[in-house]
Amino acid sequence: MNTLVELKSVTAGYGQKIVLEDVDFVISEKDFIGVIGPNGGGKTTLLKIILGMLKPFKGEVIYNDEFLKRNNIGYLPQMSLVDLSFPLTVKDIILSGLMMHKKVYGGMDRKDKERVLNIIRELGLEGFEKATLAELSGGQIQRVFLGRALIGNPKLLLLDEPDNFVDSSFENEFYIKLHEFNKRMAILIASHDVGTISAHVKSFACVNRRLHYHPSPEITEEQLSAYECPIQLITHGRVPHTVLGKHE
Amino acid sequence: MIMGESLLQYDFILRGVLGCLFASITAGIAGTYIVSKRIVFLSGGITHASFGGIGIGYFAGINPVTGAAAFGILSGIGIEYLSGKQKIREDSAIGILWAFGMAIGIIFIYLTPGYAPNLMSYLFGSILLVTKADLISLGILSVVLIAYFSIFYRTILYISFDENYARTYSRHVDFFKYLTTSLIALTIVLNIRMAGVVLVLSLLTLPPNIAMLFTKNYSSIMKGAVISGFIGTSIGYVFSWFTGIPAGAAIVFALVIIWLFANFFTSLKVKKI
Repeated sequence: MNTLVELKSVTAGYGQKIVLEDVDFVISEKDFIGVIGPNGGGKTTLLKIILGMLKPFKGEVIYNDEFLKRNNIGYLPQMSLVDLSFPLTVKDIILSGLMMHKKVYGGMDRKDKERVLNIIRELGLEGFEKATLAELSGGQIQRVFLGRALIGNPKLLLLDEPDNFVDSSFENEFYIKLHEFNKRMAILIASHDVGTISAHVKSFACVNRRLHYHPSPEITEEQLSAYECPIQLITHGRVPHTVLGKHE
Repeated sequence: MIMGESLLQYDFILRGVLGCLFASITAGIAGTYIVSKRIVFLSGGITHASFGGIGIGYFAGINPVTGAAAFGILSGIGIEYLSGKQKIREDSAIGILWAFGMAIGIIFIYLTPGYAPNLMSYLFGSILLVTKADLISLGILSVVLIAYFSIFYRTILYISFDENYARTYSRHVDFFKYLTTSLIALTIVLNIRMAGVVLVLSLLTLPPNIAMLFTKNYSSIMKGAVISGFIGTSIGYVFSWFTGIPAGAAIVFALVIIWLFANFFTSLKVKKI
């Protein structure tokens, strides 16, 4: 598999505060990686580094230009603090995902408008093209933001805590969709809840200031505690059961 | 004699029409931004802070509008900057600036020797006293705002909707944020001549709210705000001319009546369905 992006001994944070230390991490094509770790452990910071939104204090981020340009990354932020009654239609919100390919001036062309209709169809949002977010349910809002992340046809999709605002009725459908997308893009999904994502991802990266990569979807409590990754853990099985990991 | 009188009248009407037109274009565009971004209170802060600039302008013998523009833009950018730092309570900061600007304005106007300027015209507005220079600057601002919002429409819109997401793809977020705030401040300051410090805020907030009753599309709201603003300011202007009531008050009154009618009209429409 071709490497898409590589982090080499990256140390990063905000102001004086170091959140990630000496992180080495490789994302390749077709990867489906669950990024787990406690709140404040650096999951979002890791995504921002990969996205190029945050410059590392030390180390480097290398994009494999042949397969991944920096503007070829789709991003679903943690439940954003947007105003749901802002007068912007679903169609226009999804279109904003194309802005990374656009200049600051000018509008969208016919191709873009076709693209947005395809995305709306793919995500089952037909009939809501002209609605504002205030008229949608939580799951529908999430699909709109997912559409915004997808419309640029990314090679890498970064999802930050998508389970935060998904309604349970859409959860299953959401992961089925992700498996479909995974055929054409690598996916990185950050979550503090291993249980939900463990059934879907191919590998794990545990982030708690440092990053430990775990190349299989099975992850044990022992491994997690060795990583100092105190999180909720659900082991696999026909009926998943919950084991609470030890805290530091 | 009659020729002269009708020319004078013609000039008066032309001035009124242009004043109303430019005011509704600038206030409609800026107002849609303010209302949808929920920064009406911030705009109130800018308005009242700029009164400090008016006072200093009088005292220093420079054009009060220039002073107001400087005060308005600086306070707008200052509040945006401070609220981005998240270390300060934004609404408190605005409240302080609001009163402080008024205080500075009153102090300096009081200290200005000789003729005390007509405070009333700044507080409540007077289209009848709008000068040619005021009209030209409002006209230029109208053109600038139309051009700015049409060329950078999506950039401005998306930053205002979700600033954090915009930062993932653009390095120009702060530039556009501050530029837009400066243009909003200029809009407010130049419209103070029309509606006055106390009432200009409703010139900015009422038209978009009228338009929002009919559409949820941002660019249609802008157009609707300009149109309803023009109707409201024209009615107010004519009313003010015939009765001598301060124009600002007459305009706000007309706009509120339109807003009430629009509310009534749309509620009827919903009931039918």
